[in-house]
Amino acid sequence: MKKKTPVQTMRNLVLMALVLFFVYAPITWLVLSSISTRAELLNVPPSFIPKEPTLKNYLDILVPGRAASEVASTFKVALGNSLLVATTTTLICLLVGVLAAYALARLRLPFKNKLLMSILSVRMIPEISLVIPLYIVAAKLALLNKPAVLIITYLSFALPFSIWMITTFFEAVPMELEDAARIDGCSRLRTLFNVILPVATPGIVSTGLFIFLLAWDEFFFALIFTSTLAAKTAPVAIAEFTGRYAVDITAMMAAGVLAALPPVLLALIFQRYIVSGLSAGAVKG
Amino acid sequence: MSVLAKPRKSLTLARQEVRDGLWLLAPSMLVILIITVLPIIFTLVLSFFDTPLSNPVPRDFVGFGNYLEFLNSQQFWQAIWRTLYFTLVSVGMELMLGLGIALLIHARPPGWNFLRTSLIIPWAVPTVVNGAMWRWIYNADYGALNGVLLSLGIIEKYQAWMIDPIVAMNLVIVADIWHSVPFIAIILQAALAGIPVELEEAAAVDGANAFQRFLLIRLPLLQPAILVALVVRTVEAFRVFDIIYVITSGGPAFGTVTISYLTYLESFTYGHLGSGSALSFLISAFTLVMALVYIKILYRPENRA
Repeated sequence: MKKKTPVQTMRNLVLMALVLFFVYAPITWLVLSSISTRAELLNVPPSFIPKEPTLKNYLDILVPGRAASEVASTFKVALGNSLLVATTTTLICLLVGVLAAYALARLRLPFKNKLLMSILSVRMIPEISLVIPLYIVAAKLALLNKPAVLIITYLSFALPFSIWMITTFFEAVPMELEDAARIDGCSRLRTLFNVILPVATPGIVSTGLFIFLLAWDEFFFALIFTSTLAAKTAPVAIAEFTGRYAVDITAMMAAGVLAALPPVLLALIFQRYIVSGLSAGAVKG
Repeated sequence: MSVLAKPRKSLTLARQEVRDGLWLLAPSMLVILIITVLPIIFTLVLSFFDTPLSNPVPRDFVGFGNYLEFLNSQQFWQAIWRTLYFTLVSVGMELMLGLGIALLIHARPPGWNFLRTSLIIPWAVPTVVNGAMWRWIYNADYGALNGVLLSLGIIEKYQAWMIDPIVAMNLVIVADIWHSVPFIAIILQAALAGIPVELEEAAAVDGANAFQRFLLIRLPLLQPAILVALVVRTVEAFRVFDIIYVITSGGPAFGTVTISYLTYLESFTYGHLGSGSALSFLISAFTLVMALVYIKILYRPENRA
């Protein structure tokens, strides 16, 4: 390609600076707020850079026995719930999804294409379309305020997603590998676990990552199905506290940073998988 | 004999393959049946009944009463208009900015890699944290938006941004853009990287200028990726709930109540599960239409990766 003129490079750099400002300014303010003292944060106009930065808000949440405020004590429990629910959802979806994806990617099934399309449609169904019956049944079975209800209902969006994405990755595994194993007398399940899975590991990691992020991000079901302090997930705890006026804003912002940290770090570490996953599955918005 | 035996043998093999397939698919299908298919049917049934949240059993059959009720209500149509406004403006802006950023990264200015990595962050920040962050930025008494505008001399005193419904809606859209532009930019950038360089070089040799090359080569080749991003984002924007719940709670004076939010209010605040079901069934119907469009795009032969 032609070499860029200095003017073009200049223009690109200016545009890039603008985009980077738009990306980083809000997060910077979030992080700065979380390490400010309350008094300093309420300056008008704000001083932006705190003169006495403090980690108190983080320590209050993270160090056992230090939970000084309601925000801090609630939030510690909520982070634990989020971790439990997101991890379990991910593991179930990977296990069940791998089996289904193998059938869809490898077996000659007469109804395969129709099934794939239905799974794709199911994946797009919004939570709000399912929530009323699920709520009624969960209330009947006394499942409200239990992590199990969230794990079960999260499968509604995470499982179709998992099947669809793993199928795409399995289709990319060379057929010869599998034929060789089958001729050697491997059963289907052994072929799947000993031959296909090791080759498709990057795809599985990518899928697991997306499911974890989806489940960690989930808000609506958690809002409807949990109301006790002990059962809430991190997003519900944050939403609830932001809604109150007298809330300790610095503690809230620390909570926000802590809730954002796991997905952001995972996404940055596994950046390559995210980009390929987004292009392959084109899913989480 | 052997000629006759062969097809029979392959028939049983094929049959066994189908049987294996059904076993492998059974757990997933069972889960999807119980937590998605049955609830949707149940929602449809509920929508024809008067069902109070306090005692959630379908009681009085009202036929299309729930549907007629909101088709005649101003609240419903306002929510529809707000949802359309939100969807159109946010998806439109996101597409333009996303395409712009993708092209910028593709031009490989110094530091493009850092920009691409940075985009992952807003995408990964949980929706609720994103909402809480912008709510604090927009805060009338201590927010950063007021602080910055005052320091720059653009405003003379702090403004309460969230008292005007139109302003509130647009500020929610800004927060949504911050979260969603990276998704579109990343997808389009990956698609751009897949366009053979030779194509553009050939066009350049033939005398096509940069704009012509963009319009005639890049845009058509990007079309599938753009359509996918468009459909995915439209479906998501149409059901917007979380970010509105956190930033405005539907206020001021119901000014940011979208169709999902109205469904939530109707079902869980006012306790009318019947009309809530009717509303949510409408959302499902819209989503299924969009899903069909999406499938049509994905399954066009030239788009199968």
